Amino acid sequence: MPTASQLSKDRLIWMYTQMVRIREFEERVKRTFVEHPGVIRGHAHLGDGAEASIVGALATRHEDDLVMPSYRCHGYPLVLGTPAGAIMAEIYQRKDGVCKGFGGSMHLADPAHHFPTASGIIGQGIAHAAGAAYAAQVKKTGQVVYSFFGDGSSKQGAFYETLNLAAVWKLPVVFVLENNSYQAYTHISLEDANAIAGDPLSQKAKAFSIPGVTVDGTDPLKVYDAVSQAADRARAGQGPSLIESKFYRLSPHGNAITVPPVPTQFQEHEAIEVYGNKAEFEAAKANDPIKKFRSYLIGNGTFTEADAKKIDDSVRAEMDEVVKFALASPLPAPEDAVKYVYA
Amino acid sequence: MAREMMFAEAIAVAITEEMQRDPTVVFYGQNMAMTDRDPFVRKFGRDRVRITPISETAELGIAVGAAMSGLRPIVELYMAEFMLVAFDEVINEAPRLRYMSGGQVKVPCVFKAGFGFAAGWAGQHSNCTYGAMMGIPGLKIAVPSTSADAMGLMRSAIRDDNPVVYLHHYMLTIDKGPVPEGEHIVPFGVADIKRAGTDVTIVATAWMVKKSLAAAEMLAKEGISAEVIDPRTLAPLDVKTIVDSVKKTGRLVLVDQAPRHASAAIVIAGEIADQGFKYLKAPVKLVTALDTSVPYSEPMESYVLPSEEKIVQAVKSVLAMHAAAV
Repeated sequence: MPTASQLSKDRLIWMYTQMVRIREFEERVKRTFVEHPGVIRGHAHLGDGAEASIVGALATRHEDDLVMPSYRCHGYPLVLGTPAGAIMAEIYQRKDGVCKGFGGSMHLADPAHHFPTASGIIGQGIAHAAGAAYAAQVKKTGQVVYSFFGDGSSKQGAFYETLNLAAVWKLPVVFVLENNSYQAYTHISLEDANAIAGDPLSQKAKAFSIPGVTVDGTDPLKVYDAVSQAADRARAGQGPSLIESKFYRLSPHGNAITVPPVPTQFQEHEAIEVYGNKAEFEAAKANDPIKKFRSYLIGNGTFTEADAKKIDDSVRAEMDEVVKFALASPLPAPEDAVKYVYA
Repeated sequence: MAREMMFAEAIAVAITEEMQRDPTVVFYGQNMAMTDRDPFVRKFGRDRVRITPISETAELGIAVGAAMSGLRPIVELYMAEFMLVAFDEVINEAPRLRYMSGGQVKVPCVFKAGFGFAAGWAGQHSNCTYGAMMGIPGLKIAVPSTSADAMGLMRSAIRDDNPVVYLHHYMLTIDKGPVPEGEHIVPFGVADIKRAGTDVTIVATAWMVKKSLAAAEMLAKEGISAEVIDPRTLAPLDVKTIVDSVKKTGRLVLVDQAPRHASAAIVIAGEIADQGFKYLKAPVKLVTALDTSVPYSEPMESYVLPSEEKIVQAVKSVLAMHAAAV
């Protein structure tokens, strides 16, 4: 696989565009709580801040490789080619949703675009990803499975059990631990032994004698290089790797948990809301991965400020249409609820 | 033509023949396939037959992920209680993912486990856990009582496109019974009348079928004709066959090794109250385990679990209620 420095101009622009699409999509989800209260039910989790990590990792995929994210799953199918309108319609509980209104924000799935499912239960998707990798190994498909999960998941039994077994069976899977410093509302300094000791979380890989690296998850090119090495290794039959991708979640864990009819929306980030640490949040905002990548690409002549603005504007227009499409989509028929219980 | 086969052997034959028939069937678990002399390893190789660490969440979660990607995994769990360690996968992952995806994926896998080991295994290795699973939409549960059913239900479990919990009773492991020649299949959701009768309907599963048939034999000597029905799968549950029998007999005794409120019997009683009340000539009687954990010491274990004598007494009590009412 080419290294990040060998990526074509078109590929770099594609990466930037996908990052902006994720950001703009998540902004629309967040705004929906204010502009169309009641349209989104339950709990929605945003990936703003994760754009460089998601796109840098997915840019290394071969066409048939599978992707299994956690419940914070809007960004991945956007990059994989799922129509953004179908994702938004699902979040808006509509018939045209990618899961026809059966799953919602936490349980997106689009197997036709290499995204089998996401589990809403922390850590369980790690085992499912290893299972998909086992199928690829037995069927000799040459596929690699990309498993994405948060730092909170890395304290689950599923993480330890699955990484051990994936190493024993040399499964073709890349484990991307997205460290955004918060396990739901709890700061990592309160719950992770490695973090408390000042060690990287990628150190957990040592317990399974597999490669473990920590990478700056706000730089898509650094993520690309780390993940591409791990994917090459997996594809060569040498087994799994663990990549800790460090970035900051720019929105809080999810919309506030309220009981109807009390309206819900996104509050301030936990850093401010719970811990009163405005400086931490402001530093993260200043380190916004999209702003950084935009400046980098302008600086190295990949595109001009005007080109970038054109991309930003066209993505905004796309997402305006996405919201319109999702709002216009009908709700499912109530009696559809008895479908799909059994295959 | 039928052949005699041990219960456990019938299961192994079904798995072997299904693995021969379909290359996507894989089989793994703890403490199996440890050497290359293992018959499954010899026949099917290390890709399809594997040993795992003691990691139930990974074992079941990997089965779910592999099932969504085109394999049909059978996970050997040995004891039903070990599933409890990974109950999220059994209850909240395997049966939910198809539904939550709006029908986009299917999850064909078999979670195979022994249960009900009433031989001094005490509180944590002899339970009947199906009560916690039989109300979960998307999940199927098979509970065979004979060698023939053990084989036929395992074939159906492997071919089913949904997650199946296949529970084989430890006390039946070495029982021998006839198994029809050829590719014997037992469909899910079809109860079997193990003994026809006219005075009372007894419904039981697994080891309790054996005890109920022995009780029916004792009752026959006293001139009482008991019909013994084995639902064979608890999900789907064949309520119609039970209602039809109650139409004929007017009396129902439900035998179940689980404690009363964790039993399948309590669910069947509810269905009969809902759908068969008008046919009843006496109240439904439940013969279940007492509401205790299973004790280690033999006299206490026997005291807690249903027995042939308790079944006979229950049948006599529903017949007496009829007599009193008339």
